[in-house]
Amino acid sequence: MSKPSLKAGPVILQNLPSSIAQMGVMAKYELLNYFRSRRFFILLIIGLIISSILTAVVAYYGVSSFASDALGFYSFWWGNSVTLVVILSGIFFGGDAISGEFQNKTGYFLVGNPLRRSSIYVGKWIAALTASLIILAVYAAIAIGNGIYYFGANIPYQYGESLIFSVLYLVAVLGFTFFFSSLFKSSSMSILVTAILFLFAFSLIQLIVSGLAQIEPWFIITYGSGIIGNVLTDPYPTTQSVRGAFGGRNETKIFAVGIPEGIAILVGYFVVTAIIGLLLFERKEFT
Amino acid sequence: MSSPSIEAVNLSKRYGSFSALSNLNLKIEGSKCVGFLGPNGAGKTTTLKLFTDMIRATEGKALINGISVHENKKKALASVGSLIESPEIYPALTPREALSMVAEIRGMPRSERKKKIEEVVAEVKMEEWLDKKVGKFSKGMKQRINISAALLSDPEILMLDEPSTGLDPRGMSEVREIVKTLKQKNRLIFMSSHLLNEVSDICDEVAMIDHGKLLVYDKLSNVVSRFSGVDGGQVIIDVGLSRDIDDQTVSRNISSLAGVVSAEKLEMKSLRIKFSGNLDSQEKLLSDLVALKIGLVSFHPSSSALEDTYLNLIKATL
Repeated sequence: MSKPSLKAGPVILQNLPSSIAQMGVMAKYELLNYFRSRRFFILLIIGLIISSILTAVVAYYGVSSFASDALGFYSFWWGNSVTLVVILSGIFFGGDAISGEFQNKTGYFLVGNPLRRSSIYVGKWIAALTASLIILAVYAAIAIGNGIYYFGANIPYQYGESLIFSVLYLVAVLGFTFFFSSLFKSSSMSILVTAILFLFAFSLIQLIVSGLAQIEPWFIITYGSGIIGNVLTDPYPTTQSVRGAFGGRNETKIFAVGIPEGIAILVGYFVVTAIIGLLLFERKEFT
Repeated sequence: MSSPSIEAVNLSKRYGSFSALSNLNLKIEGSKCVGFLGPNGAGKTTTLKLFTDMIRATEGKALINGISVHENKKKALASVGSLIESPEIYPALTPREALSMVAEIRGMPRSERKKKIEEVVAEVKMEEWLDKKVGKFSKGMKQRINISAALLSDPEILMLDEPSTGLDPRGMSEVREIVKTLKQKNRLIFMSSHLLNEVSDICDEVAMIDHGKLLVYDKLSNVVSRFSGVDGGQVIIDVGLSRDIDDQTVSRNISSLAGVVSAEKLEMKSLRIKFSGNLDSQEKLLSDLVALKIGLVSFHPSSSALEDTYLNLIKATL
């Protein structure tokens, strides 16, 4: 062993950064980790593949097969597929964001430092949101590029609203996935459960509740996300009573979420899951 | 500046009916190295985790410099560097990036960051790997980076949970040297270990724990003299021989030498002598043994005194 060179003297760090500044540090390095671990680029490629398929389909069959005006085009392109991109972002960036800290033992590197757990949680959430927004921006840029190519630069204002609702949905989905990630200590389990919930379970429950039980599924996040596509429909769809729906003779209701209601559902999901997720992480033990 | 301190006040941790730590009261103060010993599952890591807020106490308090870790973690851990259970570092980051993250979290000024990171990485002999991804590192290399992370902020208190884990013999020796250096710089080091020779080499005091209960905390020399079965002022000397020795020579010739309390044959070519006397008497004993022409090839104080202490104390609680 050579002579150790540790300098004697006072401890350097008497003034720790604020918790908000520490959140920023966490977000910065988590984002760097996303870029380095190729997770970000894999999702970017998936987003580009979905965009390429849509571009090719529209080019092959002709835009008139799908839409007669710009609003119809954005409804077809954006309204039908962006929720999948948002869900994939939630799974990729939120699925194991917290559980991974336990399973991979990376949390042991962080938690022993003088920073609040909430700084870790929120910092990681901000990083996941930033990475997801980049993916969403690229996806939106390709949609707009196609829209301008076929219908000119006159982008309908409803697309702007839909874009904002998509970001709100992304915020809610990441809040939810972080909450689920806090529930588990196994990365694969939290990713799997999150994926099953968003890709199958919520849609299935929504179908059963609204179609069979005839109850408006206001408590399901995917129902709230309906505003992303609905706003691209003119006139805005409303809840309707239809005779003979689902093969029956009785009158059944087809529910359509309104904008205030949809926003309330998404905000509600985010607030509730963010609080519970944070509390879970605060209390969870590195055993 | 007041001397650094860590204190457990009625500190307990239970998992259901299992008591991992039971009513621990321990106050360590000043610049010194304290070895924390105990068998697997004794409660060593549990204690260190309670002091770093990785787990919550069922009862009691963990205080660092008088500040409750649970109630004010940021302030309590501001002057603490820790290494608990061989953490993993984000595999996609380099040591420079991982250590920069720690430095920024701890508020190290940008102007000092680069120099300090290079200094602590050099300390653990990882300079060549500073800009390589951690995912490619062996367990021992990661442990070296973890040690450098604990040292990064020049903490006045270091909590180390089996720091030699995963290290090769050279790495273990380097860790010992680092700890010895820190001791000279007004630092308090609280270190759990299974390596008794490591503890006896670098620690001034020792705390022993078993079944979640503190058995003893005192100066190393006091603990050894109280519990090793050797009376105060006595030393145990291991003697190595080049040829077999018979029982008669041991019982008659060696046992009767000046200062020898007892002598026993360990194997055909080794002896253990319990001896009472100062260094001059030891020198005399050595020359007497040489004069006996028994083929003496080694003569050194036994490293098993702490081991004997450990076994006596732990056995008593089984």
